[in-house]
Amino acid sequence: MEWETVIGLEIHVQLNTKSKIFSSALTKYGKKPNSQACAVDLGLPGVLPVLNIEAVNKAIRFGVSINAHINKCNIFDRKNYFYPDLPKGYQISQMDWPIVGKGKIEIILGNQTKVIGITRAHLEEDAGKSIHDMFDDNTAIDLNRAGIPLLEIVSEPDISSAKEAVAYTKKVHTLVQYIDICDGNMQEGSFRFDVNISIRPKGQKELGIRTELKNINSFKFLERAINFEVKRQKDVLEDSEKVVQETRLYDSVKNETRSMRLKEETNDYRYFPDPDLLPVEISNELLEKVKQTLPELPDQKKIRFVTELGLSEYDADVLISQKSLADYFEVMLENNIVNAKLCANWVMGELSAALNKYQINIQNSPITAQSLSLLISRISDDTISVKTAKDVFKYMWDSKNSADEIIRVKGLKQMTNMVEIEVIIEQVIANSTLQVSQFKLGNNKILGFFIGKIMKLTSGKVNPKQVNKLLRKKLL
Amino acid sequence: MHTKTIVELYKGLKNKDFSCVELTKHYLSRINQSRLNAFITITDELALIQAQVADDKIALGNASILTGIPYAHKDIFCTKGVKTSAGSKMLDTFIAPYDATVSQKLNQVNLVMLGKTNMDEFAMGSSNENSFYNAVKNPWNYSKIPGGSSGGSAASVAGGLSCFATGTDTGGSIRQPASLCGITGLKPTYGRISRYGIIAYASSFDQAGVMTKTSQDAAIVLNVMAGFDEKDSTSAEQKVPDYTTNLNISLQGLTIGLPKEFFLSDLDNKVANNIMFAIKEFESMGATVREVSLPNSVYAIPTYYIIASCECSSNLSRLDGVRYGYRSKESKNLEDLYLNSRSEGFGEEVKRRIMIGTYALSTGYYDAYYLKAQKVRHLISNDFKKVFEKVDVIMGPVSPTTAFDLGSVKDPVSMYLADIYTLSVNLAGLPGMSIPVGFVQDLPVGLQLIGNYWSESKLLNIAHQFQLQTDWHLRVPEEC
Repeated sequence: MEWETVIGLEIHVQLNTKSKIFSSALTKYGKKPNSQACAVDLGLPGVLPVLNIEAVNKAIRFGVSINAHINKCNIFDRKNYFYPDLPKGYQISQMDWPIVGKGKIEIILGNQTKVIGITRAHLEEDAGKSIHDMFDDNTAIDLNRAGIPLLEIVSEPDISSAKEAVAYTKKVHTLVQYIDICDGNMQEGSFRFDVNISIRPKGQKELGIRTELKNINSFKFLERAINFEVKRQKDVLEDSEKVVQETRLYDSVKNETRSMRLKEETNDYRYFPDPDLLPVEISNELLEKVKQTLPELPDQKKIRFVTELGLSEYDADVLISQKSLADYFEVMLENNIVNAKLCANWVMGELSAALNKYQINIQNSPITAQSLSLLISRISDDTISVKTAKDVFKYMWDSKNSADEIIRVKGLKQMTNMVEIEVIIEQVIANSTLQVSQFKLGNNKILGFFIGKIMKLTSGKVNPKQVNKLLRKKLL
Repeated sequence: MHTKTIVELYKGLKNKDFSCVELTKHYLSRINQSRLNAFITITDELALIQAQVADDKIALGNASILTGIPYAHKDIFCTKGVKTSAGSKMLDTFIAPYDATVSQKLNQVNLVMLGKTNMDEFAMGSSNENSFYNAVKNPWNYSKIPGGSSGGSAASVAGGLSCFATGTDTGGSIRQPASLCGITGLKPTYGRISRYGIIAYASSFDQAGVMTKTSQDAAIVLNVMAGFDEKDSTSAEQKVPDYTTNLNISLQGLTIGLPKEFFLSDLDNKVANNIMFAIKEFESMGATVREVSLPNSVYAIPTYYIIASCECSSNLSRLDGVRYGYRSKESKNLEDLYLNSRSEGFGEEVKRRIMIGTYALSTGYYDAYYLKAQKVRHLISNDFKKVFEKVDVIMGPVSPTTAFDLGSVKDPVSMYLADIYTLSVNLAGLPGMSIPVGFVQDLPVGLQLIGNYWSESKLLNIAHQFQLQTDWHLRVPEEC
């Protein structure tokens, strides 16, 4: 039977506010356990939450950037359940009145675009962390994460493959960094997913029974987990058994999903409006203000790169995929001698390769955008050849010296004196009578031999195009 | 000394009739000899240090009216470094690491805290019998209840163990014990005083207030306690007037509304007579009286007990034995730890309300209970709104009877009836007051004054004018 996969995603985006959503404790990652948890985060008797309006602003930024409906009246609810890393015995979240309503996100797969519907995005507080492997018989609780603001972005079940899920989550990942609401650090858990998956016979209207995979924090695992789970469900159904509605855990080491079901699974969260927090009204003024501070979004940037800079769709896609990459590229263009296409090639080529090789973030690149741009302008103004430029790039990477400094010290400047070049060419021709005759017999490949010789004699400091032209003239 | 008001003590301290240390020692020795069981914790060492600081200030001429006044603090307000139990076994070992905003404000004016007063567990109760630290006795008759939940505070003021006391009022917990102990109690408008650091019972009702000997004293203390607090989103950004300024305005032309629903068969006849006698006194002072109706107030009890229980079921979830407070020793796993700690740590009434609230919030019941109750709450507020278009103040009984015998009311629903006249005020978030207006068989009767939002000044003025004409508030139990 042919099956169809139906996937809905919940993305948990940690908002990059300085302080927590309901307390003034800081939100830095990796601090000593419980050093960033104040009385409010500890859920001491008598403490009260106070809403950090920055979290609201960031949620609005997201809503506005996907043209979603923003709910004017925001109510915070309590989601009640007991867990040791949930200090109050309830999580403050939004049930019926999420801050962001319906919206949509467009993804591109190959040369096809697809629209993924956003059901809602709501604000809530993160829970603390239970650490089970620190003490032999006890679980340790770290409440530094408790109260970090989360935006939970819920999609419609519009996603029909692991590839689409990855494209969608990557798109959101890029977006939240562009609009500066999340640092996007997946290893630190700033961006993580819950996935709802079901399959149904192709053409069937009603949905199959779904399972939920929780807390996936990498695109690679997302893809693998979905593929595994889809196959598992197919196997179950094709054996005429039933898929059990349950929460499953993806084990990235064994590449499999496992049932997490506990004996009393069905929690009744007893949501009700938190009486400690007043409803938050979002005024038109605030909405306008947020709209005006929104930067150029990835989709807009892509269009500009293609139409104004003449880049290919592919190059534009690669460059906008990370805000830091696009930022780097755009800083390079501030140097107006350079050509955008050439810059794009260098960023996506030499630079990306080097960054990859040494596992360095582009923000920490030893070669700044300005200095790379300067190097490229030395190609454009014929000071050095592309080949020399690649060597200069390596020197720059290691020494952090400027291109000009390296060109000067190493004497890499191309020869511009035509007379000198001509003398060298004539000398090479004079010493290669055999090759000259071969050329005259129609062997064009032999040109490479001459150029090699000339390059050697000039230590590569000549412009190959120029040499080629001159050489042909002399040989004829 | 212990029958004096704040105003009188201030004069005494200023004139060096006695020092603050002497005054504090006097109160502490009375507390130590008292059989009222009004205190859970006596902070004698701290009190004497604070008294010395106050004496130094007085000597330098830097004293304000509250400098060095000994008071009792309800054990529901967090006090840094001092045990804060909320009357519960659950928090018997809990020493608050921070001060409630109210505690902080009271410290700032150099008051002397004598101790933390006994109360119904987590403020749930109307008789103070629901305390882990045993019942408090009524100073007028040791076999009677003092009222609750601020029973320790009320008994402490009435019994001459402190000059005044703090209280909290979620469904009548200031007014009812004030009434039954014959003192002045004020619950301000919801949002007037910060809730930060008050151990939460029902967040949308909880409101701190004052329990004093006179209305004038209440105005003086409210001046310090009131005000917006950025740590409490539900506190109001409403200007705080000087509550003592309007005390002397004449009541000529005042319109008093008597809700007919407050004078039905639930009300004890003799209590009713005292109330009507007080109303006549107001008439003789130039006020006019008219009958009004609060038709939905008859639903106040179920409405209150649903919403308050829902909120408390969630508010008390943090008491799980994990981070602080009582932890059962007999736990093999996490579920056991929760179950045993909470079963052993909470008292009967608290568990009952957690169960009611959990039930009412559950899927399938939420609309029928919680949501419905919220709608009725709205209707009750609207009733008051309409009445306040016609009258300046609403008056009636605080409690249907005078203080009843300790241990006499065993059925929880009968106990809930004790708050029949006070609950609707909390449902609407209005300010309410109780002032002594007479006695039935040597037990005090309180008159309830209910004002419109933010009309604390008016209520204090009305009460003060009454107290200028009468001496009920000056009566003290034999032992004093």
